[in-house]
Amino acid sequence: MLTIDRATYDAIVAHAVRDHPDEACGIVAGPEGSDRPERLVEMVNAAGSPTFYEFDSTELLELYKEMWKRDEEPVVVYHSHTATEAYPSRTDIGLAGEPGAHYVLVSTRDRFTDDGNNDGPVEFRSYRIVDGEVTEEDVTVVDELPARG
Amino acid sequence: MAIEVRIPTILRTYTGGEKAVTAAGGSLSALIDDLEANHPGLKERLLDGGDLRRFVNVYVNDEDVRFIGGLDAELSDGDQVVVLPAVAGGSR
Repeated sequence: MLTIDRATYDAIVAHAVRDHPDEACGIVAGPEGSDRPERLVEMVNAAGSPTFYEFDSTELLELYKEMWKRDEEPVVVYHSHTATEAYPSRTDIGLAGEPGAHYVLVSTRDRFTDDGNNDGPVEFRSYRIVDGEVTEEDVTVVDELPARG
Repeated sequence: MAIEVRIPTILRTYTGGEKAVTAAGGSLSALIDDLEANHPGLKERLLDGGDLRRFVNVYVNDEDVRFIGGLDAELSDGDQVVVLPAVAGGSR
């Protein structure tokens, strides 16, 4: 199960809506081994595409160096689908490189009509992707993450 | 000659869980062969048909090797090599 705070959840949705019709992407870092998504990092989609996303390789290295410095890991890796459902595609599964992360998929396809934002719902779902196996998991949105144990 | 190579989580099955290993080589290509000798299977995850895999990033002293000669990138003692899988995907 993914437990995420409301502000981070809303920020991911807002990022996806803002970048629509291109795919938006980013991570939420947290202390190693904590499973706590604490620090949202919006990334630029270097592919700038409605059907593909990729972190810029230089920004990717900077991101990881910052996480290593802070003893963090990517707790959530998120991206949006803008015309299809919030389910990992074959490409997503083949390229999933963080077996410990929650892969969050957001779909903005019902949010927009041909004449713009219709304030429709944004789908937000979470998965584990390990060795090509996809397992969907529940998402619990809380006002604030519980105090660190 | 010792070069530290940072291994991403997904490839640590090849390094007995180690986050970083030491290897030797005057070029990235030679370094990968040396890694393979001690951690069999790793080379296949880095290379495809003799080239670096499209969705694997390798950095030497913070430079993406694609910009400094790819597999021919020169290495010297004390260099820092980082391997990171691309974070990428798409709806198709």
